[in-house]
Amino acid sequence: MPTFDYAPAPESRSVVTLAPSYDLFINGEFVDASGGTPFATINPATEETLAMVAEASAADVDRAVKAARTAYTRVWSRMSGADRGKYLYRIARLLQERSREFAVLETLDNGKPIKETRDVDVPLAAAHFFYHAGWADKLEYATLGANPRPYGVVGQVIPWNFPLLMLAWKIAPALACGNTVVLKPAETTPLTALLFAEICQQAELPPGVVNIVTGAGATGQAIVDHPGIDKLAFTGSTAVGKMIAHAIAGTRKKATLELGGKAANIIFDDAPIDQAIEGIVSGIFFNQGQVCCAGSRLLVQESIAEEVVRRFKRRLETLRVGDPLDKNTDVGAINSARQLARITELAAVGEAEGAVRWDTGCPLPKNGFWFRPTVFTEVSQSHRIAQEEIFGPVLSVLTFRTPGEAVAKANNTPYGLSAGVWTEKGSRILWMADQLRAGVIWANTFNRFDPTSPFGGYKESGYGREGGRHGLEAYVRTEVSA
Amino acid sequence: MSRVDVRKTYKLYIGGAFPRSESARSYEVYAVPSRAGARPRFLANASLASRKDARNAVVAARKAFPGWSAATAYNRGQVLYRVAEVMESRRAQFVTDVRDAEGLTPARAEAVVSAAIDRWVWYAGWSDKLAQVLGGLNPVAGPFFDISAPEPTGVVAVLAPQASSLLGLVSVIAPVVVSGNTAVVVTSADRPLPAVTLAECLATSDVPGGVVNLLTGRAAEIAPWLASHRDVNAIDLTGAADAPGVSWAELEAAAADNLKRVLRPGGSGAEAVEPDFTATPALSRMTAYLETKTVWHPKGR
Repeated sequence: MPTFDYAPAPESRSVVTLAPSYDLFINGEFVDASGGTPFATINPATEETLAMVAEASAADVDRAVKAARTAYTRVWSRMSGADRGKYLYRIARLLQERSREFAVLETLDNGKPIKETRDVDVPLAAAHFFYHAGWADKLEYATLGANPRPYGVVGQVIPWNFPLLMLAWKIAPALACGNTVVLKPAETTPLTALLFAEICQQAELPPGVVNIVTGAGATGQAIVDHPGIDKLAFTGSTAVGKMIAHAIAGTRKKATLELGGKAANIIFDDAPIDQAIEGIVSGIFFNQGQVCCAGSRLLVQESIAEEVVRRFKRRLETLRVGDPLDKNTDVGAINSARQLARITELAAVGEAEGAVRWDTGCPLPKNGFWFRPTVFTEVSQSHRIAQEEIFGPVLSVLTFRTPGEAVAKANNTPYGLSAGVWTEKGSRILWMADQLRAGVIWANTFNRFDPTSPFGGYKESGYGREGGRHGLEAYVRTEVSA
Repeated sequence: MSRVDVRKTYKLYIGGAFPRSESARSYEVYAVPSRAGARPRFLANASLASRKDARNAVVAARKAFPGWSAATAYNRGQVLYRVAEVMESRRAQFVTDVRDAEGLTPARAEAVVSAAIDRWVWYAGWSDKLAQVLGGLNPVAGPFFDISAPEPTGVVAVLAPQASSLLGLVSVIAPVVVSGNTAVVVTSADRPLPAVTLAECLATSDVPGGVVNLLTGRAAEIAPWLASHRDVNAIDLTGAADAPGVSWAELEAAAADNLKRVLRPGGSGAEAVEPDFTATPALSRMTAYLETKTVWHPKGR
């Protein structure tokens, strides 16, 4: 195959102005943290320090919750839905206006390719605010039960894989339903949340309606444990999700949990192979595979397994791994040294357990955290790489003979977040969709997201939905049930 | 000469059969005296369900889940309506059971039984409405057909209310099974006999064995095993109110280990209060045990 070299096409960083350090955003202004130890947030593609960020202590979380409570009682819960909606529309527009700034900042802080932040993360985040803005004055039409009312103060803890988008998934419905929020972004990716705080100021959102506290696990724990929190929304690992469910047991705090996954991407022998190959690639390499709904288990029908794997490997040769700010980059950096260590460890386990490892051997940048797109064949159900969430660009290939076997293998996991099905036979798609125990089924496509479309898992992938009419249910209380 | 009547042995209901407790234990059940100071009247030796009985019931419920959840909504609606028909035909026995269990006047007991049968009919009618009310097409910004629909979560453990022995019981079982879940129910400890009569209705009305399993006995003994059971998907803690020795907080904590969907008991704070079952139920009693599944497909020529 002839090789074509691409000239570098880097997106300019000049649109982003980084401060040397960032404070907490409480009650509408940036304030000093009390007592915590500031930490560095780095660019995972270069390991350069981007900024120092304040660590919120339990006392800071308490301040934020009190500000949120005051804003809830005095302003936000008394405001008409129409006016709440207008603030959300303002935020949606401001995000669109400053979209390039957000995209570049997200890529710097997270390591994902600019084409993803520019074309997916940021536009979808704006779309979430735009969608939910319209719900704010229509909640009584949403079949949520009699007299839907907000919970009050919502604590939200979000992960590092889609920092701004997860913020939008959390804040937009909470505010639309009349709640106020205390949100903690992940410690490795706090910068777009802090830039979002500026958006709140530009929108003149009443102080205290949105509070952003930065920090790591201890800050999150302080939010979970705070008695002034009425509802928790968490996206992250299943282990932490279980800790949260445990921590709020016996209280009247509500929770929605959006947790891990080990999605099967199932390819039948009559599938449109070219599209399926693209679907497998985007299923596992979108965002370096650091996606809870990633199609990390490829289940391919035995008769076409060889061909699919061959064509898939050939496609991998064309993926461009490198500078996330380059507009031609397909696969960027792993978010942190810690995550890279986890991926490296599980891939080593895959080899040790007898699966066959393959990657393109493409060159990787010297600094930063990198992992080549990798595929394991000869994987069996009992291998750890077929059971555990790797959260990286690592695909495990398994085979099946019958649709029944595909279903049994796909469902053989404690998770149940998503699944993919590839076949040209419509009746089989619908049958498979019925059988798969997962919250989102992508048929002849993968990794599609939309504010109108509910997202969330079965079993240990968590509970509650985000997006669509269903997502509102998490943010309103209704009449007590008999 | 008066006839010596034939008395019934009250047993558990597991997998469509009526076994005694594997522990061979039973406990005495008494009628609530109709006037203060009267001596309680012995009614029966009910089976005292054990941990093993609870596990057997979960196995039966899991086995019944694929068939029941895959049945058409129309079929489930008909089967559940049939339950109401059979309940109506056993009205006299239910009235006696409820009078004994709750100490009600004949007229009040009649009203409670009527409400319970009507409640069952109300829920039966929901089977083929839920998907249309709760699901629908999502207008995504792209060339995709995208649809969401509710699905049952799986095996649901239910702590039935302690006081409302029939209306309350019906009001916690019907919302679980109408959408295709299967249930393992711990009945009221002191008022278990209406539940056994209900089991006889279920057994004679085309409800597949294992869809509803009824365990008479003490929630304090059985509930922790159900709350921590890895093959139970959800738990209703309604019956924790006034159940001696039951901490709903501990049960909810145990349920977190496999992220069961938890329906907390009524009341506020740590207190658990049995709800007023005469009120029209909220949708949340059904949605608590439903998952939303969303399916995407591209559109193209």
